[in-house]
Amino acid sequence: MSRYLLNKFLFTVDRDPELVERYRADPADTVRWWEDEQANRILNCHGAESSTWLRFDDTERTALSTHDYPALFELGAHPFLTLTLFIAMFERDHDGLGFQLEYARRLAHFSLPYPDITT
Amino acid sequence: MAELVAVIASTHHPFYYKASTATGEDRPPFADEWVRKVTAFRETLTRARPDVLVMVGSDHFHQLWLDNMPQFLVGKAPFYDANWYNEEREFGLPRMVMRGQEDLSAYVLREGLDAGFDLAFSNELRIDHSITCPIITLRPQNDLPIVPVYTNIFAPPLPRPKRFVQLGQTLRELVESWPSDQRVAIIGTGHLSLELGGPRQFGPHGPDPEFDRRAVEWISTGDLEGCLSEVTLDSLHAPGNATHGFMDFMLMMGVAGEGRPADYVDTYDLFHTMEAYFTWYPGGLS
Repeated sequence: MSRYLLNKFLFTVDRDPELVERYRADPADTVRWWEDEQANRILNCHGAESSTWLRFDDTERTALSTHDYPALFELGAHPFLTLTLFIAMFERDHDGLGFQLEYARRLAHFSLPYPDITT
Repeated sequence: MAELVAVIASTHHPFYYKASTATGEDRPPFADEWVRKVTAFRETLTRARPDVLVMVGSDHFHQLWLDNMPQFLVGKAPFYDANWYNEEREFGLPRMVMRGQEDLSAYVLREGLDAGFDLAFSNELRIDHSITCPIITLRPQNDLPIVPVYTNIFAPPLPRPKRFVQLGQTLRELVESWPSDQRVAIIGTGHLSLELGGPRQFGPHGPDPEFDRRAVEWISTGDLEGCLSEVTLDSLHAPGNATHGFMDFMLMMGVAGEGRPADYVDTYDLFHTMEAYFTWYPGGLS
């Protein structure tokens, strides 16, 4: 299980306008491409010096590939990263705070303590 | 020596800029009162006539990332570009540039290291809304040089609350021992109870109004002892999953001093979170 890698996906997609749109339009393909091409890149390093060991497990890959943000919350992805990226993708489909409130409702079955987000 | 002319602790609400500049049907019903409160708060800084601003905030996964995460970081650069694409996208924040007060940054780093804080530093730091929000609210003309100080309230493992208080106490000592004739204000922003990306987010009030009431009491009366006796890394999960940002308020209580009541206190209950504004004048108002 790699909360770090889930966060790395959310972080790198959220900061790139083209990737935000690509992930919205085709999540499964974007996740496949990202895991193959980007997951092992150390962000401040030359591509030839990438890591060799980072990959999603099936649960993580499925959660990302299906835009399943309640599952990401359960897996301990950082809630700020998940929220920010999903607002970027889906706020436009709702009025006002509609998406944010739906997001809260879909997480309503969680109670304290929330899943650990420590990496 | 430099003079610490004001200590300011504030929430940083990224929607203020958009709400305060909106017109017509786009202007939310709470905007006018919010602008009135912020304008009055701004005057508390203006009256202190600062030359330099030390700005305490927390990067929200913009430049600081999990492959290399500092707990406390001081910017040391001649300029700081500010605000990020996802802050423009979500909050409508403008791109900004601030000047840096490099000699004070160097002093804080050298003396802070010698005082027992292993401070990280950055010579090219793009800062985010935790520092630009108080520039927008408190000094919109953006005419003063800054020293940015980032704390990790975001990516566990986090320093404990006591460490934030100690850093605040040390920051004050460093500013007051800086060999300069400049007038310095220390401004820090954090949160009261707050939930982001969880089931209690975006409610009609902050997720825990009782915590907010007690927090305002601790800060406004300078009750550091009471605050430290009740606030722990574990306890901060209960009021909301982003409430660890309250530790930046505790840092500012360390700057202001144990038992030192605030000279100015105001709050504004908004949807999602409560705004809170505090100012201390360590040497009184000359």
